Amino acid sequence: MSHSTTAAPPTPAAPPPPGGTRKRPRRSLAHLDIKYSPYLYIAPFFLIFGIFGLYPMLRTLWMSLHDWDMIGDRTFIGLDNYTRLLSDDYFWNALVNTFGIFALSTVPQLLLALFLANLLNRTLLRAKTFFRMAIFIPNVVSVAAVAIVFGMLYQREYGLVNWLLGFVGIDQIDWDGQTWSSWTAIASMVNWRWTGYNTLILLAGMQAIPRDLYEAAEIDGAGQWRQFWRITLPLLRPTFIFVVILSTIGGMQLFTEPLLFANGNIIGGTQRDFQTLAMYMYEMGITNLNSAGYGAAVAWALFMIIGLMSLLNFVLVRRAAK
Amino acid sequence: MSLTTRRSRLAASALAAITAVGGLAACGNDDEPAAGEKPSKLIVETFGEFGYEELIKQYEKDTGIKIELRKTAQLGEYRPKLVRYLATGKGAGDVVALEEGILNEFKSNPRNWVDLAPLVDDLSEDYLPWKWELGKAPDGRLMGLPTDVGSLAVCYRKDLFEAAGLPTERDEVSALWPDWESFLETGRAYQEGSGGKALIDSITAVSDASLFQQGDDLFYDKENNIIADTSPAVKAAWDTAISMVDISAKAATWSPEWSAGFKQGSFAATFCPSWMLGIVAENSGEANKGKWDVAAVPGGGGNWGGSWLAVPEQSSYHEEAAKLAEFLTNGTSQVEAFKAKGPLPTHLEALQDETFLSYTNEYFSDAPTGKIFGESVSKIEPIHLGPKHQAVKENAFGLALRAFENGQASEDEAWQQFIKDAQIQGAF
Repeated sequence: MSHSTTAAPPTPAAPPPPGGTRKRPRRSLAHLDIKYSPYLYIAPFFLIFGIFGLYPMLRTLWMSLHDWDMIGDRTFIGLDNYTRLLSDDYFWNALVNTFGIFALSTVPQLLLALFLANLLNRTLLRAKTFFRMAIFIPNVVSVAAVAIVFGMLYQREYGLVNWLLGFVGIDQIDWDGQTWSSWTAIASMVNWRWTGYNTLILLAGMQAIPRDLYEAAEIDGAGQWRQFWRITLPLLRPTFIFVVILSTIGGMQLFTEPLLFANGNIIGGTQRDFQTLAMYMYEMGITNLNSAGYGAAVAWALFMIIGLMSLLNFVLVRRAAK
Repeated sequence: MSLTTRRSRLAASALAAITAVGGLAACGNDDEPAAGEKPSKLIVETFGEFGYEELIKQYEKDTGIKIELRKTAQLGEYRPKLVRYLATGKGAGDVVALEEGILNEFKSNPRNWVDLAPLVDDLSEDYLPWKWELGKAPDGRLMGLPTDVGSLAVCYRKDLFEAAGLPTERDEVSALWPDWESFLETGRAYQEGSGGKALIDSITAVSDASLFQQGDDLFYDKENNIIADTSPAVKAAWDTAISMVDISAKAATWSPEWSAGFKQGSFAATFCPSWMLGIVAENSGEANKGKWDVAAVPGGGGNWGGSWLAVPEQSSYHEEAAKLAEFLTNGTSQVEAFKAKGPLPTHLEALQDETFLSYTNEYFSDAPTGKIFGESVSKIEPIHLGPKHQAVKENAFGLALRAFENGQASEDEAWQQFIKDAQIQGAF
């Protein structure tokens, strides 16, 4: 990069170098370096994104326009897969499930994360680092392990949750046998795993807020609650938008938790009680060999829904903060 | 001006780079050897335990061809691998084990598989006839050579039977339930004697067993039309399963309740294909060794699982691979495999073999499993299954029955759910 400061800008008006033409190749090499090497430096990302991100996406789009058998024939059918999607009960069922679990996980999770972050941000708190580390630990645990352990907790006959509920006189709940209970169980896995992560991001955002604002507010007689409401929240807005969008993307793509909760059955419960969109995509695109094109259409629908949701979140959170 | 052209050139070259990589991935594998050339190495691809380790060493010694055995533990991981091999046209072994459900599904695209008939001797008389027939694709080509079969028996807990005042000797127990009605009666008697406990794990276990005893078309007719809603065999199996709801522990096979139920004794009997014995032993633990025994299944035979060996079209050595598959599935090899890991033979000679017939299982109170399963094999009725049989059975039939069993749906609602899902799961 030092070249960019020392070398003269390549203008045609530059004086001819002393010693004739011998130096010309070197100069144009430097010239090439300045002009093109930045592209070379950023190339790895774009190359890798192109191969593993862009190409599969475009290929999926192409697949979604076909009646595509994974191991057999494929015929071009235009937008038929997408029209079929609109009248497919199971697609809408998966969409409702995804949003239900998303609401049950994201809303309490972000509120709790906000509360915890505010708590950890207190200047008077002892053993801060310990608490900050501890709260992040669930996120380091592998998602499969989490899902398996929670699956055991929620067992009908010998599960811990039903055992505890028994003490307060609640009958055994068949957690994976109904919609509400399965949604709750899955949402609890997501919450357990991601609350700490979001807390840390929000905490980082809070710490970026200048201290003197709080001091000034305190001198003016504002209490803790008012400080939080008037200073922390508005200034936390960019971080909050980021966290909300990340949670939305994660929530819309929920797959491993519900799949393992169903003992690996892609249908998600005996009556598709908790089959998410990502699971439906997998069922159509990968489990059923002959409907890979339709599965690709589900994938693109999911992509568009996530895009829409992120946009909506962005606008809503923005407006709410104003 | 120059900036835009440079940008577009860059974009073009990036795109070129991407497509070049894509193109590279798409082609490849053009290095077909000349016909008749002796392969340096053959790959045998299996899931679970086929018991081929020693057989392969012997074949290597006899022919001088190096053989690699590639094993995948779980069937669930194995299927996506095969799909990837077929979809990309490369990567598969030269001899590939196909489980029943996978075989039926792959039959819709038989071009992916070599017709073995011209490459091996005429073996059509050597195997159980129905098993041999199932190895053929709809276009007539011989897709696979039979390996094993999952004929059924009942595993039951002697100690729990005794506590409930039922007989415990395997012959007496088998005599308790010649048919499903008497099985239900036994279940009721067990319930009374044990203070309300369940005899069997789930009603889907019953339906899995009884579906194959009907001896008639199930979810598809011979032309592969979906007949789930009208098939009398399906309705009969459905009714049998539904009738058992009172004596069931409502623990679906493979669920955590099911695995835990073996130790807890929440059910006293379950349906055991031969490959299930190991799983029962594992779930029950050392502490329950000798408490289990094996009896005959109500209503005669029954089949659950079983495989074939096939040669994918993408293999470079069709002829040599077919020879190897023929060797691995012949009578002697099947007995050796059974002794090693327990897959039940389908070769007629192997089924008559003395070592096979005299085999006993220590964990299951020294039950003569060779004899029990061998007898059960001969009672299996040949059935046409159709391309998506497995998906319809598991994700439509089984789930609807479970919805009924859990009390989520009435019998009528569950049947409607099954009919609807059978159309979706069965489409191909």
